[in-house]
Amino acid sequence: MNLMPLIASSGAGLDPILTAVVLFVLALIIGFEVITKVPPMLHTPLVVASHAMASIMVVEAIRAAGHGSLLGLIALFIGTVNVVGGYLIADRMLAMFKKDKKKEK
Amino acid sequence: MHDITVALYLITVLLFIAGLKLLTSPRTARMGNLVSAVGMTIAIIATFLGYWSELTSWTYILIGGILGSAVGAFLAYRVDMRDIPQFVAILNSFGGAVSALVGAWAIFNMDKVKPAFASTSLFVGSVIADAFIGTIAFIGSVIAFAKLQKLITERPVVLPMKNLLNVIALVLVLVFGYLLIQNPHNYLYLYLIFALAAFLGFNVTMAVGGADMPVVISLLISYAGLSAAALGFTFMNYGLIMVGSLVGASGLILTRIMAKAMNRDFWGILLGNITPPEMAATSSDAAFYEGKVKSTSPDEVAMMLKYADRIVVIPGYGLAVAQAQRELKELYDLLTREGKEVYFAIHDVAGRMPGHMNVLLAEVEVPYEALKTMDEGNQLLEGADVALVVGANDVVNPLAKEDPSTPIYGMPILEADKARSVVVIKRSLSPGFAGIPNPLFIRDNTVMLFDDAKKALRAIIDAYKEL
Repeated sequence: MNLMPLIASSGAGLDPILTAVVLFVLALIIGFEVITKVPPMLHTPLVVASHAMASIMVVEAIRAAGHGSLLGLIALFIGTVNVVGGYLIADRMLAMFKKDKKKEK
Repeated sequence: MHDITVALYLITVLLFIAGLKLLTSPRTARMGNLVSAVGMTIAIIATFLGYWSELTSWTYILIGGILGSAVGAFLAYRVDMRDIPQFVAILNSFGGAVSALVGAWAIFNMDKVKPAFASTSLFVGSVIADAFIGTIAFIGSVIAFAKLQKLITERPVVLPMKNLLNVIALVLVLVFGYLLIQNPHNYLYLYLIFALAAFLGFNVTMAVGGADMPVVISLLISYAGLSAAALGFTFMNYGLIMVGSLVGASGLILTRIMAKAMNRDFWGILLGNITPPEMAATSSDAAFYEGKVKSTSPDEVAMMLKYADRIVVIPGYGLAVAQAQRELKELYDLLTREGKEVYFAIHDVAGRMPGHMNVLLAEVEVPYEALKTMDEGNQLLEGADVALVVGANDVVNPLAKEDPSTPIYGMPILEADKARSVVVIKRSLSPGFAGIPNPLFIRDNTVMLFDDAKKALRAIIDAYKEL
């Protein structure tokens, strides 16, 4: 991905590779911060949802398939299974966690 | 690539973070998952916008997208909640395969897809990472799936000189990686790296026993994240880099939690050393328990529950094996209807992956307020009238606190013996995964109900209704 025009116009002259490394580290820190707060009760849905998110790799598979590559077609197929399957199963699980009805009354 | 695509990817990342944030409470978690799915949709739209002119083979895109969605939706609605660990293993193997396949495509089409500002060595280096991590995750997850599904033995299978072989394989990967960077068009080196990574994935996962699967599953998640980030570096796709890093963090945190809950060394696990320490001999069990175990009947248990105000249930994997969740919920309803406090104290490794037991109990509609963590559970056990242990063993073994010579010493446990009386439902006195006897079973305030969890709970419910 090319951020060059954006960076150039701001005059910051940032090295795009350095930017990538910085983003990697920042996201790692945010990840640690947010995910340590997920209660153990929800760890299984978290795992499934994380897998769906990691399957954002399909965006590159779309490109590969769009170039007419068979490798890309296979990658797009299994990547889409991950995205759709992951989000739907996480949703199915999370829908099961319900409040205590007796206490609400 | 347009700046609008970059901006949309950033929105995706922000929505993913917001989604994870909402996942911190069961009240908002479902919304969080939806927010994250919207983020994913935006990323896909952004890709079509950004690469529109490049995309020529629409048949492939449509076939892959439509078939993949159909299969994904089919799997999601068919999978049994007990089989979630296997499902996660499948997702993980697919994630690894995507990374390896797209990485291979990238190097085959280097002239077309290499970002202009990335050097050849950086590009090829990241492709090596895609291929290497992706293949380990793929093969490792396939083996984990086969073990969880009991297609192959759950016992650890350790090749002679396992660690030495792994080190040799790693060194060879570095050598071939260096050669590939020097000659990016000699794909033989790439194929050799694939083969070595497949061997490593096989060797590391085969050596893991069934009981340690929660750790492997958690570790494989961070591999999935890392492979997404590596693929991001290949294409200099900042969106992928950030998401991969987020998911990698999630896997590492879960691995650390699992390692702690199972008394394993976190760094040892990261380096592929998941094999548990040598187990103690179990021949002395009979003598250990002889004459000291008090057996009880369903009627007596029903009576104890009748006079209890606070009951803490400690479920273990034996509960899920016996498929007794519905009976447990029925008993829960029976007890709470009379105004008793009933909680479920859930150990981090109760189940076959992090949080699995909570899902199994939520499935039978146990309200989430009643699902308690280890720490909360231990506080509630203090002053509880009855601790009801169903199909759990090692996670309530006081030796973890008392005897430095046992393999589980230092492992956090649920201190069932703090309750006024303890009822253990278990089929026999056979040891848990750690292979050691459990002194909880011979404590003065412990009674044992020897039966299958489903039958025992059914009998207790019937007896309770008669009272």
